[in-house]
Order: sequence, then structure tokens, then C-alpha cells
Amino acid sequence: MKTVFVTGASRGIGKSIALELGKNYQVVVGFSNSQDKADEVVEEIKKLGGESLSVQLNIEDRNSVDKAFNLIEEAYKHVDILVNNAGITKDNILPRMKDDEWNDVIQTNLTGNFYTSQRAIKKMIKNKWGRLIFISSVVGTSGNQGQANYAASKAGLIGLSKSISKEVGSRNITSNVIAPGYIETDMTSFIDDENKENIIEQLSIKRMGMPEDIANMVSFLCKDESEYITGQVIPIDGGLTT
Amino acid sequence: MEVNEVFEKVKGLFEEELGIESEKITMEAKLEEDLDIDSLGIVEVVMAFEDEFEIRIDEEELEEVVTVGQAVNLLHSKL
Repeated sequence: MKTVFVTGASRGIGKSIALELGKNYQVVVGFSNSQDKADEVVEEIKKLGGESLSVQLNIEDRNSVDKAFNLIEEAYKHVDILVNNAGITKDNILPRMKDDEWNDVIQTNLTGNFYTSQRAIKKMIKNKWGRLIFISSVVGTSGNQGQANYAASKAGLIGLSKSISKEVGSRNITSNVIAPGYIETDMTSFIDDENKENIIEQLSIKRMGMPEDIANMVSFLCKDESEYITGQVIPIDGGLTT
Repeated sequence: MEVNEVFEKVKGLFEEELGIESEKITMEAKLEEDLDIDSLGIVEVVMAFEDEFEIRIDEEELEEVVTVGQAVNLLHSKL
């Protein structure tokens, strides 16, 4: 059975991806702080007959990423599918944005994914099969006020993924970016009802996205049937960016 | 391990990992020009070497390696 590593999988989109993939793969639930919630995800996967374990990592720290991969490789040998989902926001308008706010977001959302991808891809090259899936955001291609750091990090993932797709395509490894729009998670819970209505007004599909909408696409990209799709950015946003 | 034995192992790995015909693999053969190994292929054989010989090879050490013979000597020096 193939092994999937989902970072930031204790809640939100990552959790939904882990639960969906738990039906067909061994799933490593990566988390930074919420051990309890990550273990709940593991238990839920096991209850449905799946195989899973949780691993703590600070994605912004290469040593921590290496340690996590060592643990995974002890249990499951190697990672076949890497879902780079972990991300943070530290919103501020540009004139007021502090160096820390900029650096932290770039380090976690972009550099952290460089660390995990680099570590995972060596084994994928050896196995001549692999899937890299980056969870970016529509903000990465359209920008957003107060999110220069977040948008830059999410746009950076597109260049990272496209470059990887060209480097390793000959080894049956694909790399794609999913760009979610407004998805109901903790990260969007600050949007009040009135703003929500305004957002929904702009969409072709008249509802907020659900984490499952993202998980379903990830599930497809993991399969052999998706082998001719690589280097792409796939928006899942209810028509927001059309 | 003698240099000759290292060469035979290297030859085996090249055949196994990259599907290169054994008669092409000589000490003088250039990895890129003569054996058509691309940069990703080098990564693959290096990982295979590391597993087989239980050693670590740094990026800097690889820069010097152009021929099979140089690879064999690098590995031999690490055993």
C-alpha cells in the first residue's frame, strides 16, 4: 500500500485530505502543535479500517523535517505521495508589515515545502513513481489586500511545483498545485456573515467551498489515472477566478 | 575491497538502476557523454552507491567525477 504524507493535517483542508486518502493509502498525519487533534484524525482513519500515524514537525526547520521523515521511513519505508498543505497567515497591509510577519510566512509556506519536497523526492526518483501536491491559494495568482506575504508564498509554490515537474517528469513523478478559493475552515472563520454573502455573490457556484471539494481533487491526483497531468495549477473556487 | 571488485559492483548498479549495457561500462567511459546518464541519473546511482556501500557522498565530491573510473576510485577511497 502506498504511503501519503499530509502536512498540516490536524484540521481544515489537510484533515479532510487525510481522511479521504485514508480509504486507499497509509496516511501520515503531519502536525505542528495539535497532537490531540492529529491523533483524532489517525483514530478516525483506523476506525474505517485504514492505516495511519501522526508525526510532529516544524516545517520551517530542516532538522525537524528530517526527523519527521526518519520516523515515517522507519514505519512505512518511504513517502510515495506528498501533500504539502501546511501553511500560516500573518496578515498586514504592506506599509505596516513587519520583517517577522514577512519572513515567518515565507519560511513556513514556501521554504518549508522546499524542505519536505526535497526530502521526499529522492526516494520517489529511486522508485520511479511519485506525486507531489501543493495546496496553494487563489490568492497566489490574484493577490489579496493585507496578504502580500501569504500571496507571495503561495505564488512561490507555483514556480516550485512547475520546476519540479520538469526535473522529474521522466521518472513518473508529477507535481501539481491546487489553488483553493474560499473554503470553510478555521482560516476563513473570521469572515462575518455579511462578507460571506458578498463573496458568495461573486461565485458561479453559490456556496462556500468545503474541505472535501479539495480532498476529492487530491484523491484523483494521487491515482495512476492522473499521470498525464503535471506542472498545473488547478483552481477549486466555485468559479471565483473565471 | 579491491578496486576491481568495486568496479564490478558499480557496473552491476549501472545495469540494474539505469539499464545501461554492460559492454559500454569501462573505467574510461564518461558518464554523461558515453553512457548518456543525465543529472537525475547521477542522483539515482549515487543513492544506490550510498545504500550498497553504506557511505555518504557529498555534492562537492561529485563535481570531480566525470568517468566511471573516477567514480570507482572515489568509492574505493571511502571504503
